[in-house]
Amino acid sequence: MRFMMIVKGTTDSEAGVMPSEELVSAMQRYNEELAKAGVLLAADGLHPTSSGIRITYPEPGAKPKVMDGPFTEAKEIIAGFTMIEVNSREEALEWALRMPDPHGFGQGEIELRQIFDMTDLTQDPKTLAKERALREQLEGPGGK
Amino acid sequence: MSDQAAHRAIDAVWRIESAKLIARLAMMVRDVGLAEDLAQDALLIALERWPETGIPDNPGAWLMTTAKRRAIDLLRRNKLQDRKYEEYGRGSPLYTEDDVEATAGEIGDELLRLIFATCHPSLSQEARVALTLRLLGGLTTEEIARAYLVPEPTVAQRIVRAKRTLSAKQVRLDVPEGAELEARLSSVLEVLYLMFNEGYSATAGGSWIRPLLCREALRLGRMLAEAASREPEVHGLVALMEIQSSRFKARVGAAGEPILLMDQNRALWDRLLIRRGLAALERARGLGRPLGPYALQAAIAACHAQAATAEETDWARIAALYEALSRVAPSPVVELNRAVAIAMAFGPAFGLQIVDALSEEPVMRDYYLLPSVRGDLLAKLGRMAEAEAEFRRAAAMTQNERERELMLRRATECEEQGVGRRDGSGDSR
Repeated sequence: MRFMMIVKGTTDSEAGVMPSEELVSAMQRYNEELAKAGVLLAADGLHPTSSGIRITYPEPGAKPKVMDGPFTEAKEIIAGFTMIEVNSREEALEWALRMPDPHGFGQGEIELRQIFDMTDLTQDPKTLAKERALREQLEGPGGK
Repeated sequence: MSDQAAHRAIDAVWRIESAKLIARLAMMVRDVGLAEDLAQDALLIALERWPETGIPDNPGAWLMTTAKRRAIDLLRRNKLQDRKYEEYGRGSPLYTEDDVEATAGEIGDELLRLIFATCHPSLSQEARVALTLRLLGGLTTEEIARAYLVPEPTVAQRIVRAKRTLSAKQVRLDVPEGAELEARLSSVLEVLYLMFNEGYSATAGGSWIRPLLCREALRLGRMLAEAASREPEVHGLVALMEIQSSRFKARVGAAGEPILLMDQNRALWDRLLIRRGLAALERARGLGRPLGPYALQAAIAACHAQAATAEETDWARIAALYEALSRVAPSPVVELNRAVAIAMAFGPAFGLQIVDALSEEPVMRDYYLLPSVRGDLLAKLGRMAEAEAEFRRAAAMTQNERERELMLRRATECEEQGVGRRDGSGDSR
């Protein structure tokens, strides 16, 4: 099972303030621990939303609306993510609990989400069939 | 927290901590079996206490301290009877109150020692796999039994015997050096790849892929790559497993039928795993030694992974890689694959020459892929009647129901096309 530990944005991460050296090295140690346990798949940080772009579809069927950052709702902002592969939800939670407080001054928030897995999908013929139908629909007749 | 939820949480801690715990204990008591017993004792105590007290802040250190206490108790009780226990009572780190965290930096090395022990050449292949899954994977005997579709007592017995063998042979927990390292490492890699393949092309049972085994083999491989980062073949094997795993979703059809590499929908390949595989292959290459069998196989897999469409596959490069592989690990199966690559790169007639030479090999007599490949090449050359016969031969030889269906379908296609040819333009040979 794959999980994504999503680190939420804060006032500082949005202002482009770099995390303290102490926090950076704690994060590095944590990532090393994940790698040594063989569970780390990927980890990356994102630029502040000031350089982000949001695309919304306020009207179904109409053209999308394109908005430049920054965006305001800090809790909805993703500052970074770490993707792990584990055997259970509990194991993912245990790893998430070991991640250092991502900001260290009261605004830290990590969201743990399961990723749809190739094995979830291959294990269930119904899901596979549905996915195939959806793909055919998306690709249209003659699409490949 | 309900008891059930607490137990699941403790299981999770165990998955994360058990290998480190056993590895450290094994270094202290110099016996893998005893180390596991001590770790299990600590787990039992945790299962008793944690549902009430909650999981401690540093569960790993808690388990370690508890297991060490058990070891000291045991030692005191057995000291007079058993010289062995007395021996490690002296000068062993058991009695020192060293901070568990202080040794955290060396854990890679300890895990390495443990995996070298569980994959020791004195154990049978089955025993090595079971013991590795149990001690390094933190899997229960029941989980291992389910993954291998064998009765639980069988696995339990394999593990008990394996631990006994390690004790009896006084297998030391060391990291071998020089020429021995190569042999011992290849035993470890073999165990991981066997595990992976058992999951990847499930030889028995209804489901075609058993993800637990693949995932565990890959995880242990990634772990090994951190602990033995100077060994190109470790990265080679990891690269191979990453790239093969990237095709999981594409290699089984809606009805559960296998889909061959060339027919797979490449949009379903997992880009993250391909990227990881290519990076691991780069690490193997970066060590500047000649590529070994795993790295070469990974390089071949990488050629496929990098081709956007089946038609864009660089067959000439694949043929060259198979040739390199046949030099470091010669086998008729590698030769057969080389024949396929040659046929794809330079035409079926060249491939057929190699295949025909292989037909003489006694080991290939019962290998259904030989007639299958031969049939394919003959069909491409328009020799339909011969191709049909080969596909029928292959169908009779395979043990796998799905493969048999595929071979028979191809035989029928050849038959129909052969008839079509006769009706239309006569003999086109």
